[in-house]
Amino acid sequence: MGDNRNDDLDKGIGIKARRAIAYIVLAVISFFCLIWFYILLINATRSNGELTRGFTPIPSTYLFINWQNLLAGTLPIINGLVNSLIVSICSAALSTYFSCMTAYAIHAYDFKFRKAIFTFILAVMMIPSQVTALGFLQLVDGMGLTNSFIPLIIPSIAAPATFYYLKQYMASNLPLSIIEAARIDGSGEFRTFNTIMLPMMKPAMAVQAIFTFVSSWNNYFTPALILQDDKKKTLPILIAQLRSADFLKFDMGQVYVMIAFSIFPVVIVYLLLSKHIVQGVAVGSVKG
Amino acid sequence: MKKETKGKVVSYNKWGYIFLIPFVTVYVIFQLIPLGSTIINSFFENYRSGLMQVGPNFVGLDNFIKLFSSGDIWVYTANTLIMWVMGFVPQILVSLLLGAWFSDTRLRLKGQRFFKTVIYLPNLIMASAFSMLFFALFSDAGPINDILITIGVLDEPFKFFSHTWSTRTLVAFMNFVMWFGNTTILLMAGMMGIDTSLFEAAEVDGATASQVFFKITLPLLKPILIYVMITSLIGGLQMFDVPQILTNGTGEPMRSSMTLIMYLNKHLFSKNYGMGGALSVFLFVITGILSLIVFKFTGTGESND
Repeated sequence: MGDNRNDDLDKGIGIKARRAIAYIVLAVISFFCLIWFYILLINATRSNGELTRGFTPIPSTYLFINWQNLLAGTLPIINGLVNSLIVSICSAALSTYFSCMTAYAIHAYDFKFRKAIFTFILAVMMIPSQVTALGFLQLVDGMGLTNSFIPLIIPSIAAPATFYYLKQYMASNLPLSIIEAARIDGSGEFRTFNTIMLPMMKPAMAVQAIFTFVSSWNNYFTPALILQDDKKKTLPILIAQLRSADFLKFDMGQVYVMIAFSIFPVVIVYLLLSKHIVQGVAVGSVKG
Repeated sequence: MKKETKGKVVSYNKWGYIFLIPFVTVYVIFQLIPLGSTIINSFFENYRSGLMQVGPNFVGLDNFIKLFSSGDIWVYTANTLIMWVMGFVPQILVSLLLGAWFSDTRLRLKGQRFFKTVIYLPNLIMASAFSMLFFALFSDAGPINDILITIGVLDEPFKFFSHTWSTRTLVAFMNFVMWFGNTTILLMAGMMGIDTSLFEAAEVDGATASQVFFKITLPLLKPILIYVMITSLIGGLQMFDVPQILTNGTGEPMRSSMTLIMYLNKHLFSKNYGMGGALSVFLFVITGILSLIVFKFTGTGESND
């Protein structure tokens, strides 16, 4: 804190005191954000016996054994991981590609219903998927797609929030003159989109891919209604199953490993890319 | 020459429609049709009673009358709103404070990247896993009780999940932890957008930090605050994962932590499509009204087009 650049002399002490308070409050808040993950990590390394004896802040050596017990147990956790990965990766890929295409349609062309469609997409952006879940479920039943990943992946093609973010990014980063130039060079519209436009949208698409991946990875409500076959279940459903099973019969070490297993992949990806993600939040939701 | 250009423009612009095909097709099939059939369902009696399938029979507004006269829905609406308020009030206060600090150029806080990364982290955590973690940590023999007894705060384990207010507080606290980072970043973006000359003028006039905050920052931030509040309320009405996992879908104790979406989920699982439809329409109307308010306030669509 040793910088005294040009603080007003009479306010210098006030600033220092405020700065100290700010750091203390931030430290306390950070503590309350992180402590849960610390306890989780510690407890994942301890055996059921150690866990029942009480909490200690020092890790033990049972992490690998807990993990092996979990694998040997009844929860199809590796299946769950693979299922979650398939659904999340496909959703993220389809959502960003097609949202980009939708944004491009609105951004680069001038057609009759352009304004109406744009307004419509923005208007429905806030409608939560839960309110149409009933009809969605009947539709999925009628199509014979129960226990299929298709109803969890395909709908992500129409993602109003992703569209809106990409549209905003396009407005400030994609001059129409580039498209004109491509036309003069004889590039077809679809080719222009795929080979000239998409590469320019990479940074924004990466941010949205991460967001879509994470929300799909964490999604519990819809998958729980659609996936009933044990082999098809995603990780959040398995967690819920863990909760509804008779809790005390469980080896708590396994429970903690299972939770850690669902949380930490996302945490690691986030820590690697946090700079872009935090910026993405600010840009995406509010203008100016 | 002129004619030729015009012809070209028209032929290009049809591509606008072509590029919209995937979005529109998927949206109509997976959102609009389900919305329509959800609304239609709300006018039909359609449920399972034991092995008997009742309906579907057209019953007009009976489902809505049953829904609103049963009293359950008001209890669950109240639960949802109470837990939302309990999470939102501390969230907005902490976010305003942190946002003001982060965007204060005189304060020049160090390690901002680190703090922003940390406070946003819980937002990305799988809500169901986070709830399972809290259930384990706050269970009767869990580490939190253990720590509290060791340091002498408690004499015997406190049953967090057997008391109305401790359960609600845990749900609200988890929502707070998961969402305040997001809110902070939004508010900060708003604060950075305020014309700095206003702050400089205030400084010249000798305003204190709290005067600047209450007289300049807060009034100018009002549109964003309203946006944050309404979107958070819309999110709050969708509250499901946390109380569902924490209470194993029961909303215990005494259904005091049962939310509207948990209620909907029950109808969907028991295939009571009539009542489920009525409840969905109720939620759709409320979120629709709230969305319209957001839409009006942000003026999206007009300025950037």
